[in-house]
Amino acid sequence: MTRAGIIRIGVLVGAVAALEAACRAGYVNRQAVIAPSEMVRGAWRVLGTQEARGHIAETLTTVSLAFLLSVIAGFAIGVALHRLPRFRRAVDPLLASYYAVPTFVFYPVFIVLFGLNRWPLVAIGFLFAVVAVAINTLDGLDRLPPVFMRTARVLRLSPRQTLLRITVPAIAPWLFTAVKFAVAYSFIGVIAGEFVQAGSGIGFAIAFAYNSFDNLTMYGLMLLLFAFVCTLNMSLWTWEQKLYARRGGR
Amino acid sequence: MGSSSTVQASLSGVTRVYPAGGAGKPVHALGPIDLELRAGEFFSVVGPSGCGKSTLLDVMAGLAPPSSGTIAFEGKPVRGQVPDGIGVVFQEDASFPWLTAYDNAAFAARQAGLPENEVRARVEHTLSFMGLMPFAGAYPAQLSGGMRQRVCIARTLVTRPRLLLLDEPFGALDQQTRLLMGDELLALWRETGATVLLITHSLDEAALLSDRIGVMSARPGTFIDLVETGWPRERDSRIVSRPEFGELTGRIWAGLRDQSMRALAAAR
Ligand SMILES: Nc1ncnc2c1ncn2[C@@H]1O[C@H](COP(=O)(O)OP(=O)(O)OP(=O)(O)O)[C@@H](O)[C@H]1O
Ligand SMILES: [Mg+2]
Repeated sequence: MTRAGIIRIGVLVGAVAALEAACRAGYVNRQAVIAPSEMVRGAWRVLGTQEARGHIAETLTTVSLAFLLSVIAGFAIGVALHRLPRFRRAVDPLLASYYAVPTFVFYPVFIVLFGLNRWPLVAIGFLFAVVAVAINTLDGLDRLPPVFMRTARVLRLSPRQTLLRITVPAIAPWLFTAVKFAVAYSFIGVIAGEFVQAGSGIGFAIAFAYNSFDNLTMYGLMLLLFAFVCTLNMSLWTWEQKLYARRGGR
Repeated sequence: MGSSSTVQASLSGVTRVYPAGGAGKPVHALGPIDLELRAGEFFSVVGPSGCGKSTLLDVMAGLAPPSSGTIAFEGKPVRGQVPDGIGVVFQEDASFPWLTAYDNAAFAARQAGLPENEVRARVEHTLSFMGLMPFAGAYPAQLSGGMRQRVCIARTLVTRPRLLLLDEPFGALDQQTRLLMGDELLALWRETGATVLLITHSLDEAALLSDRIGVMSARPGTFIDLVETGWPRERDSRIVSRPEFGELTGRIWAGLRDQSMRALAAAR
């Protein structure tokens, strides 16, 4: 492990240990924060219940749908905009200011449209993620060396072959960034939506535990969510580093 | 032998004008050009920077349409598509950074649908010929600029083109390495029997490698001189010490000097 890695782990372990000590010594109000060891116990207990497992499965399905749809649509939008430079010039300011708009205010509208089920959540996660995917795809396509497209023509590749065999691998680093954004934004959109208004899911379960002063369940669920998202991100990051090492930043 | 005089590719009255972009004026980049490439010959094009050499290559390969005139390859008109049998190595580095040298070299042959054992045989032959076999598993990021350019040459050779268009493939190399690469290119040319059109801005390289040399004027590029070198097919870089070599470069430079000065003056 690198020196930076050791320091990073040291900082994390130190922070957790400090919190544990503070909680045990009674410096922290138990109604507000529970000790990390308690959180682990809570997480373990939550995992044991059928109901919580249902919420987790529900959220993961919703997030996966939002993620997949946003990646597919965002990539398609990026490619289409790249092919239509005039149209792109028209919508560029809209893309640039997109994340200044609190998309979340549309959540009630989606509930009215789709009903109180999974789809308003998918829609809000999708809306959060899709533009980040489109912007990163466009960015990658802008930096695609023109000589690659000329090579494709010399080798007489079809448009489909060119896309799959040259364009996609060439812009893989940008697509990777797009995927990382899509994961994070789908999670944020879906969990926030469940928090505000939903009948199931992790966000709903956390809000429910909060309202019933059930700190053990609440922190248990938060810990599980945190662990899952971090693991996912770390694996993506490791994979990306391998890719970069080979390509030497190109 | 390659000295047979069948015409493999011909250009007649070819010009190319880049349309005006934005507020600019249209750029007359090339021509009119008349040229007949003989099957199996080694033809070099020299000319001042910006005179339209890369444009000539684009038009010959069917990558860009001529603004006027016609191009034919093996008797068939070239229009809108790169004809089968033409291989191109571009001036820019076109090696794919996500593939190893081996997979880069195999790329075109695999796309053409050749069976994998045939692909392997051709790739291994080509890579070892080009001295790249020890680097077969390396990614372009781990190779030098000259080696990457050789990977691109290998990728093109594996498809066995009958006409090989090379746009300053050794532009990034030092003089000594260029000479050696030139020898490699000659051996390759003899081995494959392909016609080679080499674009270069090195007079020595042109004089050393070619059967014929087309000397281009400043933009819009036209041929101001066609020089026959008369070298035997079996030749290598040692001919630089022959007296004819000096005469040749002298003759090319005589034509080019004036043009290069004009190009320089126009750029100022
Ligand atoms: N896409 C383009 N649009 C407009 N003008 C162009 C374009 N491509 C090339 N030109 C112009 O056409 C002229 C010839 O360009 P070309 O690239 O063919 O020259 P070259 O002889 O290959 O130059 P070099 O020796 O530097 O490679 C140049 O003046 C260049 O500015
Ligand atoms: Mg050029």
